Amino acid sequence: MAVFTSLLAGLVFGLGLLVSGMANPAKVLSFLDLAGRWDPSLAFVMGGAVAVGFVAFLFAGKRTASLIGLEMKLPTARHIDRRLIIGSTIFGIGWGVAGFCPGPALVALGMGEAKAIVFVVAMLLGMGLFELLERRRAATPPRLA
Amino acid sequence: MAIDWNAFTPWSALAGGALIGLAAAMFALFNGRVAGISGVLAGLLKPTNGDVAWRAAFVGGLLAAPLMYILMADAPTLQIDAGFGAIAAAGLLVGIGTRYGSGCTSGHGVCGLSRMSLRSLAATAAFMGAGFVTVFVIRHLFNI
Repeated sequence: MAVFTSLLAGLVFGLGLLVSGMANPAKVLSFLDLAGRWDPSLAFVMGGAVAVGFVAFLFAGKRTASLIGLEMKLPTARHIDRRLIIGSTIFGIGWGVAGFCPGPALVALGMGEAKAIVFVVAMLLGMGLFELLERRRAATPPRLA
Repeated sequence: MAIDWNAFTPWSALAGGALIGLAAAMFALFNGRVAGISGVLAGLLKPTNGDVAWRAAFVGGLLAAPLMYILMADAPTLQIDAGFGAIAAAGLLVGIGTRYGSGCTSGHGVCGLSRMSLRSLAATAAFMGAGFVTVFVIRHLFNI
């Protein structure tokens, strides 16, 4: 059941990206180009998504188990640290270069776009590199001050 | 700032956004998780028991969405202006950055803002700010 609801959520998410035009990197970049001919659409996508999401998370946040009986695993982290900000900034630079973030890149991959294939492979390499660096960090004992 | 009224699509943006919100709602209420695509995908790189099938299914849903879409409407045109080298570099940055930052546009942007998480608001401000600056530098300083 969890697999089915997950598939359905992925499918609806992807349809939302296609309907909203956000699967198209040129449209995303038109939003990020404040100094050019600006296309505010992305802000409306976020607005529509957050309006629906806000209500859903009001209910989800109060539950102790999901509607199909799974453990609730909503994030609990609240700290704002250097990792969060630097990581998000690095992500934003890549987003600004290509116009792709992970969701739209996967949808474009599903359309067989060659550049989306290259992007997703590079993204997976980047994620793998992070895992390696984290493993190395965990393996080295902290230096004494 | 000059709004490009020909490119601006407020209604399809809102409708598509509502679908994205619906997907996040389904995932939270049924699967008990936030629909953070970078996190769902990255979890497949270090598979743990019972954790692979639902992740693969979510990714499969995203990949299959275009097939479903063209049953109802004309295939959307994608315009990807960046060259292959830039695309590869961007992919690497997005991969590393979303892991260090624990999320992307879906997890921090859509779900985090819906949950009114200050942490996600900070992350969203950081990646959007970086995106604005990057596009400004590329298009208006280097005129690419």
